[in-house]
Amino acid sequence: MASDMRLPVLRKAVSVSSAGSDRADHKDLVVPGDVITSDPGFMRGHGTYIDEEKLTASVAGEVERVDKLICVRPIKTRFNGEVGDVVVGRITEVQQKRWKVETNSRLDSVLLLSSVNLPGGELRRRSAEDELTMRDYLQEGDLISAEVQSVFSDGALLLHTRSLKYGKLGQGVLVQISPALIKRQKTHFHNLPCGASIILGNNGFVWLYPTPGQQEEEAGGFYTSLEPVSLADREVISRLRNCLLALAAHKVLLYDTSILYCYESSLPHQVKDILKPEVMEEIIMLTHHKLMEQES
Amino acid sequence: MATVQVSEAEKVYILHGIRDDLRVDGRSCEDYRHMEIETDVVSNTDGSAKVTLGHTVVLVGIKAEIGKPRPMVPDEGYLEFFVDCSANATPEFEGRGGEELGTELSNTLYKVFNNKRSLDMKSLCISPGEHCWLLYVDVLLLQCDGNLYDAISIAVKAALFNTKIPRVHISADDEGGKEIELSDDPYDCVRINVENVPCIVTLCKVGHRHVVDATLQEKACSVASLIISVTHKGTVTCVRKVGGGSLDPESIFEMTEAGKRVGKALHAPLMKLLQQEESLGKKRQKVGFLG
Repeated sequence: MASDMRLPVLRKAVSVSSAGSDRADHKDLVVPGDVITSDPGFMRGHGTYIDEEKLTASVAGEVERVDKLICVRPIKTRFNGEVGDVVVGRITEVQQKRWKVETNSRLDSVLLLSSVNLPGGELRRRSAEDELTMRDYLQEGDLISAEVQSVFSDGALLLHTRSLKYGKLGQGVLVQISPALIKRQKTHFHNLPCGASIILGNNGFVWLYPTPGQQEEEAGGFYTSLEPVSLADREVISRLRNCLLALAAHKVLLYDTSILYCYESSLPHQVKDILKPEVMEEIIMLTHHKLMEQES
Repeated sequence: MATVQVSEAEKVYILHGIRDDLRVDGRSCEDYRHMEIETDVVSNTDGSAKVTLGHTVVLVGIKAEIGKPRPMVPDEGYLEFFVDCSANATPEFEGRGGEELGTELSNTLYKVFNNKRSLDMKSLCISPGEHCWLLYVDVLLLQCDGNLYDAISIAVKAALFNTKIPRVHISADDEGGKEIELSDDPYDCVRINVENVPCIVTLCKVGHRHVVDATLQEKACSVASLIISVTHKGTVTCVRKVGGGSLDPESIFEMTEAGKRVGKALHAPLMKLLQQEESLGKKRQKVGFLG
């Protein structure tokens, strides 16, 4: 039994005074209401409006200019998928020949029956029987990892899981953070040396799971082991989860190195203490130092 | 109630974790998430408190008004509870969506305070049969992340502690009638004794064990939970079962015992914190809603 009660304290963000060289390529950042230009020659794009003949930002973000068109790309937003993005999503609906997937984008994404690998690795046309057994593969509430195959004109995403690395997710923990904090990388699947694996979905859904053994590989993506996870693995996953939340709370970009450094910095503390504000600050400071050392 | 979807495999993971006494966020079964409490946050109330528990945020404001005592108990004041579920917490609460949950929560609060021990209602009496103080306790849910009952009860206790009721003087006028005079000095006020105000502990039965302070994900794995309100001495003032599942007598006994233990331990740090905040006086750093 433990309860930790305290008075709230005003907290400043941990200062990230990275070297001045980074500031050279500074971006044009605006907040809502900022006048971008009063030149009438420009065209109004997304995230802007005309106020008294001046082009004004309606969201907080980065100004982008294409010829005469000015847009503001918001920093805090839902997920705008692009082809090739790795996403983690949750099935919300089973429909005819398709699943609807919640991926933190504005519209539900679509996963077609024809764009999944059937169990056993069979490659054939999908029959009516396959349609009837769709719920056996994936049902409402199930989590999947997938890749964006294409983007519809309205911004909805078409997903596919036609690779053995994608498919239904088994036991593990989902952490939801802002998509802007996920660093785009060559690979979003990592087996971390601390003993757990991670899928960093571009949509801000991060999946933490125990590193699978060799024998599970041929399952075809639909078999989920319900064997209890060992206590040691559990502790690592819980620690990583809290580290991710700490990094996200302090707006640190997430990628394998930052997560690992944060994990290492958190080792002196108990898992449940990581989320206490003062411990969180300390860990993030240490992580920053390690990241900066590594850069230079 | 704000609900989340959890897949079967996730449920198994959470269940096994609770069996091993290591929850997803690293807590053991009887741990609370860290809690931040601030009183006196709304200036136009007589007492207010804001409690943050994980991502659950609850705001309680108390307004004191002079009213007529209830005929059955002419020498006591009374409390009125109202719980408002803000659509900021979850879009489900939009329109009338939060009404059902709000009534459920306020009914529980009525039950918890419906006894002679938790609050000295006689101290709220001004003149028996004619005038008494009635306290409007308004609860606003700003964010939902599980364990609303506990957070609300702690916020109510903190707000009651913070409540300052103006002192009144009763003078008889010429015709034998009574006249109530409120003190002009804003610092001339009476405080409420909150020593016996209970705190609610919600125990969620997950698998074969029970947990306190369940997150929404854990709540989704549990079939039934027990709400127990406990005073600082360990007296249980109210027990309720919520959820569709059933509980066997043995586990109810176990959960009541655990609830008593946890609930008792909740009061000491809360009172200490409230007194510490009080002693800071004007030096206290106000955080409010933008901190």
